[in-house]
Amino acid sequence: MNPASINLALILPLILLTPLTSAGLALIHQGLGRSRSAAHAMLATLCSLAVAAIFFTLIGNHWAGYPSGPSHTLQIAATQWNWLGSLPLASSANSANPASSAANALPALSLVLQVFTVGLAAIIPLSAGTDRWRLAPICVATAVFSAFVYPLMAHWAWASGWLSQLAANFHLASFQDFGGAAVIQVPGGLMALSVAWILGPRRGKYSAGQATAIPGHNIVQVLFGCLLALIGFIALESAASLLFSNSTPEQIPALILNAILSASAGCLAAVLTTQIRYRKPDASISANGWVAGLVAGSAGCQWVSPPAAILIGSIAGLLTTYLVEILELRLLVDDPGGAISVHAASGLWGLLAFSIFTIQPGNSHLNHILAQLIGIATLVGIFLPLIHGANLLINRFLPYRTDRDGDWQGMDIRELGSGAYPEFVIHADEFVPR
Amino acid sequence: MKLIGCLLLISGWLIVLAALVMLQTLVQRGAFIAAGVGTEILGLVLLTNAYTAQQRRQK
Repeated sequence: MNPASINLALILPLILLTPLTSAGLALIHQGLGRSRSAAHAMLATLCSLAVAAIFFTLIGNHWAGYPSGPSHTLQIAATQWNWLGSLPLASSANSANPASSAANALPALSLVLQVFTVGLAAIIPLSAGTDRWRLAPICVATAVFSAFVYPLMAHWAWASGWLSQLAANFHLASFQDFGGAAVIQVPGGLMALSVAWILGPRRGKYSAGQATAIPGHNIVQVLFGCLLALIGFIALESAASLLFSNSTPEQIPALILNAILSASAGCLAAVLTTQIRYRKPDASISANGWVAGLVAGSAGCQWVSPPAAILIGSIAGLLTTYLVEILELRLLVDDPGGAISVHAASGLWGLLAFSIFTIQPGNSHLNHILAQLIGIATLVGIFLPLIHGANLLINRFLPYRTDRDGDWQGMDIRELGSGAYPEFVIHADEFVPR
Repeated sequence: MKLIGCLLLISGWLIVLAALVMLQTLVQRGAFIAAGVGTEILGLVLLTNAYTAQQRRQK
């Protein structure tokens, strides 16, 4: 965006509301896990956010860069490939020259927003590792993810990297991700898949050849988390599309409407599907449908029409409902919070759907679909092996999974020494007639 | 199986990049990108099957 047109009074409050997304997801993850690991889940979220903020500021921001900022380019066949940012390590959010603050605001705002978005991406896999992923490897995996994995896609899609330059360099449409479906949600969801593969299922999940349902311990928190996440998603998408795309403040109302519509459609699709299949709506899957709608809608934000937003959200809700079941029953992947379906699958669907339901001016429909497919192929083809390789390497030196006792005791007692709900016991004398 | 799956994922991405560098027309590029995505799907299926088989053995 043009630095002169940055509206600080609008963008700063939006950035400040962005952590509500993490707060919402933390409540969802914690509520969908067991009560004996609840404090551990919340502490793991805080630690992930902390590690992500520090490592992204110190190292990751160097690679991530900002739109039209300094970068490392590689010339292949007369084409400039913008692969990596080249900001100074541990760069500051202070304006170097206060006299030209508008021009200096973009790098600073980009850093501040991404300190929150990298944290959001880093807490997504916690949901897949609930009840068995130890705190120390969580911190190490988050550090590697924030410093070396997240910045790649952030640069390629948001900071004038090669994916955002497909139009200029290859006469295709440009790959577009306005609200972070490709930069935040899909890498987080792929990390969740890798973690779930490495950890294996919770003990007792599969017994006698059958999958056992392990219900979440606080569904009210899960549903409240959905409402918090809505506000956070709207703020995040607005801030990201203003900073990293050519969006204008006048487009924010359309973005808000589309976010609400896609979340609503995702939730209602999940409610209806579970009502038809199980004769009663499933609250946890419906909550996942709500978030899946938000994730899928975040790729196109304000650029799709309201009916398209409803369709994108409802397909994301349906996809999540069925994929949660396929992963659990057929592929034996134990993902207590549904992060793989909600963030990876719905994010990929949102990126493709954006190209199906919109036409870029001056580009054919096929051009646009191909550009989005290149982005999707990049996410699956390079980020999944990169993330999985890093996780396997860390797991070799610092085992991810807790021991057998930890599995039965719960992570609160095992790692923190006390439970989240010390008063949450049944006292025999409460049932004695007085 | 896991290694082959990962290699197929990366190969699919390289096919997509090659389509951008070496081909010019939209149809040719479209065919190569579809082939790259297909290769990635194959890699993902292999990787998933390998982990599912591992979980089945441990169950």
